Amino acid sequence: MNRMRKHKSIIPGFGLSFGLTITILSLVVLIPLCSLAVFTARLSFSEFIYTITRPRVLSGYWVSISTALIAALVNAVMGFIMAWVLVRYDFPGKKFIDGIIELPFALPTAVAGISLTHLTTTNGWVGKLFYEAFGIRIAYTRLGITIALIFIGIPFVVRSVQPVLEKMDIQYEEAAMILGADRRTTFWKVIFPELLPALISGFTLAFARSIGEYGSVVFIAGNTPYETEIAPLLIMSELQEFDYAAATSIALVMLAIAFIILSINAVAQSIVSRRVSGLA
Amino acid sequence: MELRKNSGPLKWCMITLVVVFLTMFLLLPLVYIVITALSKGIDTYISSITDVYAVKAAWLTIQATLWAVLVNTIFGIAAAWCLTKFAFKGKKIISTFIDLPVTVSPIIAGLIYVLTFGRQSFLYPILDGWGIQIIFAVPGIILATIFVTFPFISRELIPVLTAQGTDEEEAAALMGAGTFTIFRKVTLPHIKWALLYGIVLCTARAMGEFGAVSVLSGHLRGKTNTLPLYIELLYQGYDFTGAFAASSILVILAVVVLVLRLLLEHRGQKELDIHK
Amino acid sequence: MINKKIKIIAAALAAVLALGTLTACGSGSDSKSSGGTIELTNVSYDPTRELYAAYNEIFEQHYEESTGKKIEVTQSHGGSGKQALEVSNGLEADVVTLALEGDVQVVADAGLIDDGFVSEFPLDSSPYTSTIVFLVRSGNPKGIYDWDDLIRDDVGVITPNPKTSGGAMWNYLAAWYFFEQQGQSDEDILDSIRKLYGNVVVLDSGARGSTTSFVENGQGDVLLAWENEAFLSLKEHPGEYEIVVPSVSILCQPTVAVVDEVTRKHDTVDAATEYLNYLYSDEAQVIEAENFYRPSTPEVYAQYVTEIEGNTITEIPENGKWINDKVVLTDINHFGGWTQARAVHFADGANFDSIYEQ
Repeated sequence: MNRMRKHKSIIPGFGLSFGLTITILSLVVLIPLCSLAVFTARLSFSEFIYTITRPRVLSGYWVSISTALIAALVNAVMGFIMAWVLVRYDFPGKKFIDGIIELPFALPTAVAGISLTHLTTTNGWVGKLFYEAFGIRIAYTRLGITIALIFIGIPFVVRSVQPVLEKMDIQYEEAAMILGADRRTTFWKVIFPELLPALISGFTLAFARSIGEYGSVVFIAGNTPYETEIAPLLIMSELQEFDYAAATSIALVMLAIAFIILSINAVAQSIVSRRVSGLA
Repeated sequence: MELRKNSGPLKWCMITLVVVFLTMFLLLPLVYIVITALSKGIDTYISSITDVYAVKAAWLTIQATLWAVLVNTIFGIAAAWCLTKFAFKGKKIISTFIDLPVTVSPIIAGLIYVLTFGRQSFLYPILDGWGIQIIFAVPGIILATIFVTFPFISRELIPVLTAQGTDEEEAAALMGAGTFTIFRKVTLPHIKWALLYGIVLCTARAMGEFGAVSVLSGHLRGKTNTLPLYIELLYQGYDFTGAFAASSILVILAVVVLVLRLLLEHRGQKELDIHK
Repeated sequence: MINKKIKIIAAALAAVLALGTLTACGSGSDSKSSGGTIELTNVSYDPTRELYAAYNEIFEQHYEESTGKKIEVTQSHGGSGKQALEVSNGLEADVVTLALEGDVQVVADAGLIDDGFVSEFPLDSSPYTSTIVFLVRSGNPKGIYDWDDLIRDDVGVITPNPKTSGGAMWNYLAAWYFFEQQGQSDEDILDSIRKLYGNVVVLDSGARGSTTSFVENGQGDVLLAWENEAFLSLKEHPGEYEIVVPSVSILCQPTVAVVDEVTRKHDTVDAATEYLNYLYSDEAQVIEAENFYRPSTPEVYAQYVTEIEGNTITEIPENGKWINDKVVLTDINHFGGWTQARAVHFADGANFDSIYEQ
């Protein structure tokens, strides 16, 4: 970024690309998002605060955020390991694994939700096992929600860490090893810091995506208020009551959460990359 | 190379972990879908997927996917070019807004279009006067699909273009090349694979979108039902075999797209090797 | 080489898109009549899929025979409240056939249906009715016979969320009526309702979701269901379930209406009116009864009343007579109509919300 010139670039095409970007961005994202604000503005400020802080709504945010956080953490760890395995090791079936990582994107969330629910209810293949052996119920609990969210978040971390790891020059590692660092030190001091920005960005994306997830979760959640009722479902139920202002208020809060997460990511990225380049 | 061979036991531990994880979370649901789809025999399966409504739904899904890919490709290239080749104020904000759609709940994505183009919007009478219907019709579905896959291509291109810098383009510009020539001859070769990967991602995600489309489709059977919505419809009509059969179409489409990508990537790798 | 390939792919994509847009425009611009065929859109609620699939067939035939014109009906199904909302938002429905009058009122409030729709068709515009019954597992292992069994600690209940499902409001109101008949005070009733919903294992967002949780995923001991949904489960899974008819229940009156604004625009007023009128014909009433809706024509209704005593139904009677006439039914007027029932029970912060407050 700091290589960027401050004076006018000699490369042509700024007007065209900037114009296209802003036009499409406005049409698809900005203008529709504005209507959210317009509809929310029908409430007075105190009504707005009341709507978004009702206990049931607060518990909805909490269910969404807590399960999404756990799912994103699991995905961060597993995604990192998957990226590592896919880049660094050769083994039969590697191509296949590499190929199916994106499947959670392609599978409609509803289908994922339906099949996961069927698998994990107390009489499903997996659910039965867990219920009879450990007495753990998966579907219709927060555990079930977390599992659905892990499913939809799989590709994010793998796909952001993998390319960075691929490009990473093996010479640094070799140099570190020659200089006498053991493998653990090499990993934590040389490799990990390089991968950290990608890991963070994959994690935040998975996290943000999971908070808003609806399709797969409604089937597996059980939707009990205060227990397994997620925030997007609350938006739906406000809509059913024809309460647009309330629905858009909750939506606005969720949007703000998403925006905050993305901003944290952006800040983290610049801090980490500054530190890394400072080290180098 | 030494380094990679060193870690024998750890290597296999990690591979096992990955395989177990993916089997549990990815393959098991897929296997379940396929088994259920075929549980009433191949004839039922065939008649489920050749049902007239299933075919219409699949066609609509393909149409929405192609539009989403087209718009997002144009946008992705423009945005990536604009954000990486030039310095200007407000860049961070633009790039955050581009990422926003991925993190917005699909329900909200649908909702904002309903609010913008629905009957209570001030745009409605104008559009209605022109005889244009956006939500509860095909254009709305396409818009929602574009929205949920919005950053997929630009996000793939930006890191590559950032890493590549601006020197080559500047050199080309100094030599008097026009915008499109620079793009085609200088930039495109660098971003080809990232672009391809972005398109694959976008296609995959667009085909499977459910939440946002569900809010603004109106569920008109045979008209505005996409494949994922059609699957839900069958599922709720107690036709589980049919639902999973239709799902398997999406699984197959997804696998085809992913295999296509692997093949092209393989070609590309070869080509790169030759150039080296 | 790759460039060439990309060009070919791009060309192919462009062709497909162009084709797609043409067909899209084709289907978008003439929603009312294509090639002399009148097109009608019926926006309905969840459990009526099978009913309208059958009805549309005989109606299309009837319409062609009586007028010589071809007609094609497009269906849309979903949660009743959500469907009402979508029509108010611009989903161009020629007719709505929703789970309750309150939802049709929403469409009317949006200015799409003229006043007085309730009396536009016979019997408060309800060509068929239904009621709420219990579906239990075969042999009724938990011994569930009436509403007060649902508040026992050992019973798991499945019912949809009244905030997202029209049908679930009927469930809630029927339970309320029962406890009221027991002579409980409002506070006691609320307490009983709180216990009942405390026993709910899965609170799905729609009636169909609940049935799936109970039937396919084996959750809970009793499903509070539309009578027609319960019979459908009995038909799909013979021998696995039993229907228990409680001592009291509620008369569910699904309401139909012509969406005046849209039919005027589409020039389909006559066809839409005929579509709903024909629901009252003997042929249609038989189809409704066969899909386990209670027909409104007394003669047809009488044909389906069962002589069997007792409140447990273990299988669909061979003679096709399935209506239990003994159950005492209240109706929405008991609760002061939909506007009042919504305000007292289902609005934000009203009774239903309060039972979940700790």
